[in-house]
Amino acid sequence: MILWWIGDIVLLAVVLPVVVYLLRAVLAAAKSIVPSVQEIATVAAAGSKDLDAAALLVTTQDQVARTVAGVANYGGSLDVILDDAT
Amino acid sequence: MTPVLAFAAAGAVTILAVGLIVVALVFYLVSTIVQLRKITAGLDVTIAGVGEIVAKSAPVNGIVTAINEQLDAGVDLLEGLLVKKAGMADAVGLVDGLYAGAAAAGFRNFPESSAVTAPRIGEVYTKGTLTLARLGREAPIAAASPDGPVLRNVEGGSLAARALYPENRQTGPKTLPRSPVIGTDAPVQYEQRDDIGAPRKRLPTRS
Repeated sequence: MILWWIGDIVLLAVVLPVVVYLLRAVLAAAKSIVPSVQEIATVAAAGSKDLDAAALLVTTQDQVARTVAGVANYGGSLDVILDDAT
Repeated sequence: MTPVLAFAAAGAVTILAVGLIVVALVFYLVSTIVQLRKITAGLDVTIAGVGEIVAKSAPVNGIVTAINEQLDAGVDLLEGLLVKKAGMADAVGLVDGLYAGAAAAGFRNFPESSAVTAPRIGEVYTKGTLTLARLGREAPIAAASPDGPVLRNVEGGSLAARALYPENRQTGPKTLPRSPVIGTDAPVQYEQRDDIGAPRKRLPTRS
């Protein structure tokens, strides 16, 4: 009978506080993750929006190719017109 | 207290303690589940954004590499043409005149160009004159003396182009007009106005 009461006291005085403490710690950790995840999601969305102009690189590549081709033609003409230095 | 009541009381306390523990477990675990669901939703949004970033940035590497290759080809072409037509020394001088300090770096495809002492081309002549001068005797600027020597002279290109300007110091005259002397001891004093520094005249008042 005495052991039963001791068990009840241990249950109320030790086990219950420990369980509550551990669960509160887990909940606090979970809550602390939420803002970070939301910030990461916001940054990822902004980063994705910043890369919208990446598709224009195809146009840039085409323009660079045309420009270099024009420079090459111009250089070829200059090579014919001008005398060599040596 | 009878033994039956004592057992009943101990059992009730046990049940109460277990009940409290179960309530605490339910409350905190449900709260944790709610937070984990928020995290899952946030990660879904994050993964979607990261997926878009990956998809949009996938062709960047290849395109930028191709652009750099094309620009490299253009630089090689222009460097080679410049050195071929103007000579190493004048080419370095021209580039250094346009971009001060660039001669130290030299041309990419001509490592020996970094050791060339750049002539002071850009400081003496305008870019347009240099361009015309390097065209040779067919250039419009050389139309006045079509039978003269070719203006683009690799060894003395700068001196040849210098002759295109009006005579001043190009041919190295022994005497040049002296600079004017200014100040209180100057031989020529300009008339000083009396009204400078004096009180302003009063304007007639309106009636």
